[in-house]
Amino acid sequence: MPTMCSHDGVNKAAFFKAIGKEYTKEEFEDLCFDFGIELDEDTSEDKRPVVDGVEVPAELKIEIGANRYDMLCFEGIAMNLNVFLGRQTMPTYSLKMPADGKIQTVTVKKETEQIRPYFSAAILRNIKFTKERYESFIALQDKLHQNLARQRTLVAIGTHDLDTIKGPFTYEALPPSQISFAPLNQTKTMNAEEMMTFYEKDKHLSRYLPIIRDSPVYPVIYDSNRTVLSMPPIINSNHSKITLDTTNVFIDITATDKTKLELVNHIIVAMFSEYCSEPFTIEPVEIISEHNSQSRRVPDVTPRTMPASAKYINSICGLSAPREELCNLLKRMCFTATPSPTSPDTLDVSIPITRADVLHQADIMEDVAIAYGFNNLPRQLIATTSFVAAQLPIAKLSDIIRDEARASGFVEVMPLILCSRDENYAWLNRPDDHRAITLQNPKTAEYQIVRTSLLPGLLKTLRENKRHPVPMKVFEVSDIAVKDESLERKSRNLRRFAAVWYGKSSGFEMVHGLLDRVMGMLRGAFVTREEGLEDIKGVEEAGKKGGMRYWIEAVEEPTFLPGHAAAIFLRLGAGGDGKEGSPVRIGTFGILHPTVLKHFQLPFPASTLELDVEVFL
Amino acid sequence: MPGTRGPVPVPVQNGDRDLTLQILEAVDENASVKTSETFPNASQTEVKAALDRLASRQMIEYETDDSEEVVLTGEGQQIVDEGSHEFKVWDAVRKAGRMSLKDQALATPSAKVGQGNAFKLKWIKKDGDSLIPLTDSVTDTTREVLQYVAEHRALQNPRDLKDLRKRTLVTTQKIITYDARKGPRWARDIPVEVTDLTADMLADGSWKTANFKPYNFKALGEQSQGVGALHPLNKVREEFRKIFFNLGFTEMPTGRFVDTGFWNFDALFVPQQHPARDMQDTFYVSDPPEAGPPGPDPEADAALNAMEEEDRDEEDSDPPTRPTQQPTKHLDYAQYYANVRATHQDGAFGSIGYRYPYNDAEPRRLVLRTHTTAVSTYCLHRLAANPRPAKYFSIDRVFRNETVDATHLAEFHQVEGVIADYGLTLGGLQGFLRRFFKKMGLVGLKFKPAYNPYTEPSMEVFAYHRGLGKLVEIGNSGMFRPEMLLAMGLPEDLRVYGFGLSLERPTMIKYGVNNIRELLGHKVDLGFIEGNAAVRLDKA
Repeated sequence: MPTMCSHDGVNKAAFFKAIGKEYTKEEFEDLCFDFGIELDEDTSEDKRPVVDGVEVPAELKIEIGANRYDMLCFEGIAMNLNVFLGRQTMPTYSLKMPADGKIQTVTVKKETEQIRPYFSAAILRNIKFTKERYESFIALQDKLHQNLARQRTLVAIGTHDLDTIKGPFTYEALPPSQISFAPLNQTKTMNAEEMMTFYEKDKHLSRYLPIIRDSPVYPVIYDSNRTVLSMPPIINSNHSKITLDTTNVFIDITATDKTKLELVNHIIVAMFSEYCSEPFTIEPVEIISEHNSQSRRVPDVTPRTMPASAKYINSICGLSAPREELCNLLKRMCFTATPSPTSPDTLDVSIPITRADVLHQADIMEDVAIAYGFNNLPRQLIATTSFVAAQLPIAKLSDIIRDEARASGFVEVMPLILCSRDENYAWLNRPDDHRAITLQNPKTAEYQIVRTSLLPGLLKTLRENKRHPVPMKVFEVSDIAVKDESLERKSRNLRRFAAVWYGKSSGFEMVHGLLDRVMGMLRGAFVTREEGLEDIKGVEEAGKKGGMRYWIEAVEEPTFLPGHAAAIFLRLGAGGDGKEGSPVRIGTFGILHPTVLKHFQLPFPASTLELDVEVFL
Repeated sequence: MPGTRGPVPVPVQNGDRDLTLQILEAVDENASVKTSETFPNASQTEVKAALDRLASRQMIEYETDDSEEVVLTGEGQQIVDEGSHEFKVWDAVRKAGRMSLKDQALATPSAKVGQGNAFKLKWIKKDGDSLIPLTDSVTDTTREVLQYVAEHRALQNPRDLKDLRKRTLVTTQKIITYDARKGPRWARDIPVEVTDLTADMLADGSWKTANFKPYNFKALGEQSQGVGALHPLNKVREEFRKIFFNLGFTEMPTGRFVDTGFWNFDALFVPQQHPARDMQDTFYVSDPPEAGPPGPDPEADAALNAMEEEDRDEEDSDPPTRPTQQPTKHLDYAQYYANVRATHQDGAFGSIGYRYPYNDAEPRRLVLRTHTTAVSTYCLHRLAANPRPAKYFSIDRVFRNETVDATHLAEFHQVEGVIADYGLTLGGLQGFLRRFFKKMGLVGLKFKPAYNPYTEPSMEVFAYHRGLGKLVEIGNSGMFRPEMLLAMGLPEDLRVYGFGLSLERPTMIKYGVNNIRELLGHKVDLGFIEGNAAVRLDKA
């Protein structure tokens, strides 16, 4: 399950300028390969759309690992590659108090606990936007909202022109009727209730409305003049919106998840403080949140430290590098690492705020391997313990049956396991026994349940093969599943064997013959019903009678033509205790009822056989 | 063709009897027979069939001679019979002495053509509104040329062909003629033949003198009806299983389509907010509504125990072929659950964890397993009872709530292997994968760093594809995260490789199938299954 998230294109010319070289496609692909990102698309040779008479510039579309939020924008990918290439060192982020020494404050009200309890903020002072930077800034917020913030449910970001508002600020939760402002890009003031209606049809915003809609209170941020900044996670106010000319940006972040709250803050300030007049400085904000003990100064840009064992890293990478060399490798992956002065095996690794993906020294070890080059690692095959292979008993048994069916002229098919309820029940003239596992969220009506019979798939396969000459003989040995309350998973798989003979005559005797063939190969003796029900006492005598016995009895079932269906019974031979098993019904065969054929749109007659396999284990 | 290979002597077919016999007679009397001359009225196909019948028995030999002949069209034949159009116009004018241009005799299309030609040849000329002859005698060259064609089926001067063809007076046709003579087994009469050796012939000894009808070595053999076949995906699966067995792997019991959020995600250190757990990607089960708490699966344990006991023999003095079984510790599932919960929410085992409030409802949600790794996780946790090296594999169906297209189905098969052992290295995994994929004919492996929530490091495996001329991704691999393994209670130095690929992708590449729906599911063509070649993964 390697999840990659697709990246919007970055301007190719600008990007190559940022990483200091005009790469050829192959060179750039190799660089991406080594670093663990992927060049998905290069539009330089495509026909690109023309906007205002100019063809839009060529773009590179790059895929990144789903846990690397520090590469969701142009700035982040360029920085990581520059550090990897040794063209720059990882910047050090620092806090810078405002010139007047008065820190901005946000007071969090207790009512917010009811809807969205956590708040964080930051200020980017004297930032210089260009069209490209501004678009990247907006796009990064959008990406964070989609990915990490799970469609704004966990975290929402608002950005404001600080020069249009005046602290101190408050983060509150109020009844929607009491919240009133002109939302972003609107001139009309409305209250929150009206906004919920107004945005119902909005393609972009409507999907976020349910996050707060039914709450008695909605989250809202005010400045000291009661001017609304935003109503997270839905919309900012028009009043404080940022433009290309904005120089001081106030960022509000609200969340239901404390960890991701600070993570989002870190990513935004790390990516865009570069454009402040004093690069990589961030102005902190004081959060006053006494009721839930979340008062603090944010963001905290101090790198985390994590000790890592050189022995551990070397042992997994198959290296014997001294600590200094490991530290040098880590430098290319944005870490600052030094050999510990107190412990001979330890590296003191300082992890920048951009690298929230590092959870364990295993992550540091992997980055050493990447910096060293996966394909440069000593690739010896370590002699592992020797083993004897073993085949799963049910697989072995299934193969015996598959082989017999194939040798009898039947063709193996592999239909889907998911099907519709009708196909599984009504189309076979079977009542719904409520034993089927039902899916909660299928995308199509084709997939409603897990099949409880192999027949629907086989019959659908015949339906799709009308051009194939008849007779058609198909079979499948595979699992069905049914509910079972006694188990942890409340369900169990059952291995079945099913076959269909389809042609100008019914083929009833053919499937009967196939049954006999398979039973014979499994050493089952055909007996009459009376012989089957007769008890055989003692191991010796049971052995004389041939162990496993099977017989068939006529049954009337709506799936089959009246008088032309049989239930298959089996009685297992005596085990070690000298006792025979009791008779069990293991399956059915018969001529399909014409109405069943009609449901599956089959113009010719057919006979089917379906049988439990696990009983033979 | 059914019915042509009985024991009955084959009579020469009635319709051709005469021609075959006639050919034999002609060849008997002449050293060489040109069929077009000897049998001018017989059709070419009849002649060929009769000759082949005799030649296949080596009674005669023949060569084929292709040539082209010129023949008259209807109009051309008319000119031969009556004279050319210009001759007819000149003749009429001469006979009349003077002929009005409006005369009916000059109104036909052929007369118009003839009039023009007669002008050019200076046979007639216009005098006022009438025509008068310029000469008393003419040579009708066109008629002479065509008369030659009528007699010789060729032109005296081949350069005339283009012009005459354009005037639609002649056309050409291909002539095949055969030059036949006696063959090495010449005979005056066709002997009685039998098509096959029979039991009766063996019994009465008639096989000694029987004259066997020659076998047609240029045709396919009997194309049997109703031959059984195995599905190509299962054939490829079988090859993979053999590779795993060769490498000493034990097959995992994957007989459960439904699994729990715990085994499918949480135990694998997949955070509860991970996009893979979205309704968009995973099938959730609505009925039954909720799973039980994590615990042992007696059926899976029984299957694993049976396989592991298989090669243990108390009386065997040879060293055990499996690592010695130690007394088994009790597996504490409540502790395991608590460990998993802690690694997610608070961090544990040297990990800071994801630090989010763990929701105890998520692990109880039932899902259609999105990967067989859910089963691998169960098997690895089972190892904690008696930590030891192990090699497991499985190939089975998995489910994703995908929008169906040419390369995506809601179901596919995952091929997965895990190796647990002490002192495993990343380079060792690369070495193993090189060996594994070499058995499938894939060489030149390259490894790319990747992200996967439950492996660290994670490597995508690429191989050079000769057809596409580039590296293509062939699988995923990695070493399971300590958060996952230590929570199970496995010792720190027991490391575990995991690797996987889909069964469909290599099969599609191997057989040039572009649409996965033509491979898996009910839309597959039965003819494709029947005609599918044997699978030899190591052969390119």
